[in-house]
Amino acid sequence: MTLSFLLLAAIAILGAAAAMNLKNAVHCVLALTLGMAGLAALYLQLGAQFVGLTQLLVYVGAVAILAVFAIMLTRSRTGETVAHGSASSRISGALTALLVFAVLAWAIFTGISPQQLSGAQPEASVREVGVALMQRFVLPLEIIGVLLTAALIGAGVLAIEEKGGDR
Amino acid sequence: MLGNGIIKGLAETARNFFGSYVDKERLTTVQFPEERLPQIEGTRDFPFLVYDGDDWEKGLRCVSCHICEKECPPKCIFIEKSKDKKPDAVGKLQFYPVRFDIDVSVCMSCQICVEVCPFDAIKMDVEFELSSDDRFGGLLHHKDKLAKSNEYYHKIHPTEAAAVDAALAEDREKEKEKQKQAAAAAAAAAAAKAAAAANPPPAAETNTDASSKEETK
Amino acid sequence: MPEMIDQIFVLLKHWIMGYVPSGLQPLCSAILSVLPVLVVFPLLFAITTVLERKGLGRMQNRYGPNRAGPWGILQPVADGVKSLTKEDVVPRSADQLVHLMAPILIVIASFLVYSVVPVGRNMVVADLNAGVLFFFAIGSMVELAVFMAGWSSRSKYSLLGAMRAIAQMISYEMPMVLSGVVAIMAAGSLSTVTIVNMQAGYTGIWPHWYLFTPWGITGYILFMIAATAESNRCPFDMPEGESEIIAGYFIEYSGFKFALFFVAEYLGMMASSAMAITLFLGGWAAPFSFLTWIPSWFWFFAKLILMLMVFIWIRGTLPRLRMDQLMNFGWKFMLPLSLINILSAGLWHYLPSGFTRWSVISLLLLLSCFLLSRSLRRNKWFQERTYRFAS
Ligand code: SF4
Ligand code: SF4
Repeated sequence: MTLSFLLLAAIAILGAAAAMNLKNAVHCVLALTLGMAGLAALYLQLGAQFVGLTQLLVYVGAVAILAVFAIMLTRSRTGETVAHGSASSRISGALTALLVFAVLAWAIFTGISPQQLSGAQPEASVREVGVALMQRFVLPLEIIGVLLTAALIGAGVLAIEEKGGDR
Repeated sequence: MLGNGIIKGLAETARNFFGSYVDKERLTTVQFPEERLPQIEGTRDFPFLVYDGDDWEKGLRCVSCHICEKECPPKCIFIEKSKDKKPDAVGKLQFYPVRFDIDVSVCMSCQICVEVCPFDAIKMDVEFELSSDDRFGGLLHHKDKLAKSNEYYHKIHPTEAAAVDAALAEDREKEKEKQKQAAAAAAAAAAAKAAAAANPPPAAETNTDASSKEETK
Repeated sequence: MPEMIDQIFVLLKHWIMGYVPSGLQPLCSAILSVLPVLVVFPLLFAITTVLERKGLGRMQNRYGPNRAGPWGILQPVADGVKSLTKEDVVPRSADQLVHLMAPILIVIASFLVYSVVPVGRNMVVADLNAGVLFFFAIGSMVELAVFMAGWSSRSKYSLLGAMRAIAQMISYEMPMVLSGVVAIMAAGSLSTVTIVNMQAGYTGIWPHWYLFTPWGITGYILFMIAATAESNRCPFDMPEGESEIIAGYFIEYSGFKFALFFVAEYLGMMASSAMAITLFLGGWAAPFSFLTWIPSWFWFFAKLILMLMVFIWIRGTLPRLRMDQLMNFGWKFMLPLSLINILSAGLWHYLPSGFTRWSVISLLLLLSCFLLSRSLRRNKWFQERTYRFAS
């Protein structure tokens, strides 16, 4: 628990909390981006350069941009405030959060403790990530690829039909 | 093939780039404050007041008639008429402007004041470097700054000034003629009067007689 | 002696570090690495603005700025003083915080990128083993800053500019990354230092730059086109489009914040050039083996200035594209070609070296370039207009 870890964790948590509580949709997205960037910095601090930078590239570079773009395209200027859910959605949200937390806690406590690992630090270099993706996890990778492509094509088809089909 | 036009364009700009170092013809820019183009005769920007003779205060042609002040579209002329009259360049008694200000920051160089002035007193100047570090005062030109000699007018707009001078001279000639005629007429009238005064009764009598005769008829 | 001059800055740093107490060593080392970047690149930015304005002037048969100092070389100083002393106007309805953050974020992002650029042998701020990825990740932060600037100003023009900028940057980020991938494949590493080291060898007098392979030159050209679009330079300057949306996303910025956007644009352009040099032009490596006695950092900056001149030349030549042309070009030409380029780089690796591999790969790339450009041309939605009453 070094100072830098605390600082970065605080940034990530603050960003996430702000993303839930701010009134303006664009502010929410920006706060979320801050949280994501904090998370990426945490990865970098742990020495996982590839994961950290990919997190930055994907979440800050792509997801956040996509979100703000969607907001810009759809939301009218006046109705920019977000309605913060009814009681039922709050309860279901809290339940989901609890479940996720439980799963994570279970995973952490039943996993290998850091003391056991301390000897040999696993080197998560780019090469190893690539090798793992291309050999051991090649099937899941391909399946995800196909799924995403299908989603992309589906989105395109939907968009074209909305326009009336021509052009 | 994609990119043909791009390559052609790049060649063109490259030719321009190197050409501008070799070929002086290409660089048509005039380095302004050091070099200047000769003035075109039609140049005009802001109005000034013309005076005849050597003394600008005495020779101002303006008679403070307020026409230009009223006609100026942005209302940038301000005139204060004098109470007394002073002899102008030709010696005639005239009113004169005590104050004559033009705000050149407002003036739009439309030349309307020049068109409407019946006395050819206001004309367009060619002076354009009027910038000043005093934002309000420096651009409000007073009478002393506006007054410029007829010679100066001849220098900047020779043809126009000659025409104006000729017209003015003709006017003055006519004026003199008229004055002469008037004087002659006055003299004649005076002479007639004098003559009448010398022997008035018969004429009067005959007149009255005639009238009375007619009346009686 | 040549090695001495080559490493002079590295030696200087070591010499200074010798006088620093050991407790402060890490901090001091970081400062000594970062400070030159913060000095040299803004200086280069200043030089570039003068070069650009004078070069553009000459291309248009004008003189360009020639009043401030001899031949106008003090123009950037004058510009800097001007923008520092100008009033900073913030629109009343603007989102104050976001409006303030945008220029700061964009400049930080533009500077961060330089930390992975090797400017000379052993001269790099941080040798990350995912350096190229870092470059692209930080580059994507610029997009966010652009959006923040455009959105927070609460102006229609700036919002339009931001939307254009984001659409353009998303479309061209992909070809940029994919065209950079070939160099990563060839070097087998994401580290910029390794990529440059791989290119620093010579065959005879010829260097091993990736530029001198069919996929290398294709990748380089694609990368440069995408980089032009990423940094919003002519002919891809629709986000700024002076004639239609005035200045796009930074229209509501004035004074020094405006200058920050200006700095960021040039820094971004230089960063893209530096990355192109690193990936394809051999970084700090000399162009011929007999020129290696000239220090490596000289070669890097010489190449950088050359690239900037090309940027200026392009800006002086090409008119602005239309939005649909831009999108068509990005998605229907750049993206497929960069994918084919990756394929050909892979093939190159497995084909036996020699004439056959050269001809096969070149043919493949030329053919696909030709076909793609044809499809680009055929796809005309707009008919040629005829004017009945004109002329
Ligand atoms: S030129 Fe036009 S605007 Fe200027 S003083 Fe004369 S009438 Fe007024
Ligand atoms: S300048 Fe001419 S029009 Fe104006 S007040 Fe004098 S005489 Fe009248």
